[in-house]
Amino acid sequence: MLYAILCYHDEAMVGSWSKDHDDAVMEKLAVVQDKLTRQGRLGPVARLLPTTAATTLRKEGDPPLVLDGPFAETKEQLLGFYIIEAKDLDDALEVARDLGRANPGGSYEIRPVGVFRPGSIAS
Amino acid sequence: MSNIASDLAWIDAALISARPQAVGALLRYFRDLDLAEEAYQNACLRALKTWPQNGPPRDATAWLIMVGRNSGIDDARRRNRLAELPPEDAISDTDDAEGEIAERLDGSHYRDDILRLLFICCHPQLPATQQIALALRIVSGLTVKQIARAFLVSEAAMEQRITRAKAAVAKADVPFETPGAVERSERLAAVAAMIYLVFNEGYSASGDSIAERAPLCDEAIRLARLLLRLFPSEPEIMGLLSLLLLQNARAGARYDADGGIVLLDDQDRSRWNKPMIAEGMALIDKAMRHQSSGPYQVQAAIAALHSSAAHPSETDWTQIELLYRTLEMQQPSPVVTLNRAVAVSKVQGPQAALDLIEPLAKRLSGYFNFHGVRGALLLQLGRCDEARCAFDQAIALAGTTAEAAHIRMHIDRLKAESRAGERQVT
Repeated sequence: MLYAILCYHDEAMVGSWSKDHDDAVMEKLAVVQDKLTRQGRLGPVARLLPTTAATTLRKEGDPPLVLDGPFAETKEQLLGFYIIEAKDLDDALEVARDLGRANPGGSYEIRPVGVFRPGSIAS
Repeated sequence: MSNIASDLAWIDAALISARPQAVGALLRYFRDLDLAEEAYQNACLRALKTWPQNGPPRDATAWLIMVGRNSGIDDARRRNRLAELPPEDAISDTDDAEGEIAERLDGSHYRDDILRLLFICCHPQLPATQQIALALRIVSGLTVKQIARAFLVSEAAMEQRITRAKAAVAKADVPFETPGAVERSERLAAVAAMIYLVFNEGYSASGDSIAERAPLCDEAIRLARLLLRLFPSEPEIMGLLSLLLLQNARAGARYDADGGIVLLDDQDRSRWNKPMIAEGMALIDKAMRHQSSGPYQVQAAIAALHSSAAHPSETDWTQIELLYRTLEMQQPSPVVTLNRAVAVSKVQGPQAALDLIEPLAKRLSGYFNFHGVRGALLLQLGRCDEARCAFDQAIALAGTTAEAAHIRMHIDRLKAESRAGERQVT
């Protein structure tokens, strides 16, 4: 069974970490990640850019609505995610619209990825 | 040991990030900056005492607001025994405050409290220097000593500047209601300008003052992020944050080991901060989709074009020149024209650039950069005597030793070349 582990934290607080503290946390995480990689158990890892860089596509309407900022509804739940390659936000939104046409309703939050490691799980 | 250290770092980060909201909420209760600040200070002391033992509260900000409010009420009661006692439930034991927090941090309060705090610091009656000092003290929570150091003034002078600002704000009948749309957008522009000034104070540091002043850049970025979270759809605020990130990304490459200036073309681009650039690019990309241009966005777009060139020769100077042209229309200033001239020199050559800046001579005669750019253009045109004259003027106006050293380098090169020329002649 594959499991996704979704990371939640107070963004303002993580943003207030000093560079040294941030580096130290990343280093400690790398130790755990390296162990999992050696065991062939680590899939893609991503650190997302802050929510200030996020855009949300509400896809219940036609055409879908593009909103600045992160997904903010509490009555909907996170059901899945994609990692895509796109040349800019317009391009990424185009992909999201395409996906939305196939599955209208709900929202996609589009967040640039800061750090990405593809992982080592054999499918 | 390292665990304890990282726990304390966690508390530090929590106190820093909770500050704007907590002080903003306390200001709403007490309607007095000093009381709000003192109350928050007390709450922090309490946190430093209890959090390491009891662990962090689930909602640190709410905890700090509650404890701060109770301490403020206690203080007020001690100061004025005749004052009416506050309701019993508000002064009850704070240790288990977290469970029964009346003040759940709902979205609208969050926004209004922080906005009010920022708007007060950027009150139109305060001169810019006081706005900056007040914001760094009240919103960012830097100590007076830290701010004084960053602005290269004595602690006493900075203390006085902040006290004056607070007194002016107290007198200025600050509205505690949320401002209307028009006023809000005016005030928003004032807050953005204040943040940009804070950044520039840090960014213009050189030599020995870098270590003390550079943190102002981080602080400005944090404030810009805070502002963008409050106004997630404002393209100019996206532009502001983008601009600060893209500029700050180059901070590590701007000076050599001896503190000498390294110009953009000569910087080691591998030393630019890539995550910062990625975030800055994502933000300007997002802002431009609104098709509502403004000076911060244009400047960010210029910075983005520099950042996306892997090598100086790949820089899209034509596009940069166009952007400076836009900026000239939005924000006409001889300094902007001077910057455009640098782009013009790359696209059309030094003569066209020189023609563009000669009319500015009178207005920019006291500006270091004008003579530096003019000297460099004259040099490219082979007009060495005039170039040396311009460089001499630049040195006389240099604000920092690094600036002077940079120009001196040009002059030395000129002298060396003319000596080599003489030798060739003889």
